[in-house]
Amino acid sequence: MKLRVFVTLKPGVLDPQGEAVRHALGALGFEGVNGVRQGKMIELDLAETDADKAQQQADEMCQKLLANTVIESYRVEMA
Amino acid sequence: MKAAVITFPGSNCDRDLAVAFEGVGAQVTRVWHKDTALPAGTDIVGIPGGFSFGDYLRCGAIAARSPIARAITDFASGGGHVLGICNGFQVLVEMGLLPGALLRNANLKYICKPVTLRVETAGSGFTAGYAPGAQITVPIAHHDGNYTADPETLARLQGDGRVAFRYVDNPNGSAADIAGILSENRRVLGMMPHPERAFSAVHGGTDGRAMFEGLISAFAPA
Repeated sequence: MKLRVFVTLKPGVLDPQGEAVRHALGALGFEGVNGVRQGKMIELDLAETDADKAQQQADEMCQKLLANTVIESYRVEMA
Repeated sequence: MKAAVITFPGSNCDRDLAVAFEGVGAQVTRVWHKDTALPAGTDIVGIPGGFSFGDYLRCGAIAARSPIARAITDFASGGGHVLGICNGFQVLVEMGLLPGALLRNANLKYICKPVTLRVETAGSGFTAGYAPGAQITVPIAHHDGNYTADPETLARLQGDGRVAFRYVDNPNGSAADIAGILSENRRVLGMMPHPERAFSAVHGGTDGRAMFEGLISAFAPA
């Protein structure tokens, strides 16, 4: 079963990389880019075939390793 | 004083840290990240700088889940001293032994230069060798040293005198100019600057030496 995990900085946590991307977009002539937040997407291929259990496993993986919940939030979806 | 210096794949300041400990007379054992126990009688664990596991996922994240990390957590909960420098600080926050997180530097650049720090407290084994308020010069070398924590945590750290070092001229955007923090029991220190790289005259400065000398005194038999 394949899942996708999206890890993003929590609102309020400064994202210097996102800011740099925003400036670069402005320099390329893209106007009206009010904000850019950068995150990561992780694809998981799990042996589990039950969707609920797979979701649960992915959730535990996020809590323990994939996200740093001090600064990041995460979302899991079926691929 | 018996020191255990940990090596992860990608650590690159482990030898420097061991040499600094040995330079003040400590007995040093080098410990591999796959080891599951610290040497018997360890007084202090040193987690060195470097790029453990290539900084994959997040700086320090994978090292913080390595076999030796569990032993370090047990050691710290039993009141043991732990010193995490640079990547070692990142590992300590990822392990949850210190609060907050270290983000990419505000200017997005890897910064490698000597910086001036203010010693904010002498109330720990790590800082006992300094006068409070003293200004010292120690190098930094990092890309992700921008300390952040929620406002309550920052208030608590400052209210309890747990900020060990502040940057005089903040290089990386750290909240409240924080360069190093102590745990609640003041026995775990995480700091981005490298005291072990300001230890002997050939380093161009010796301001880091007092940290190791202070530690030796803290462990000296009464």
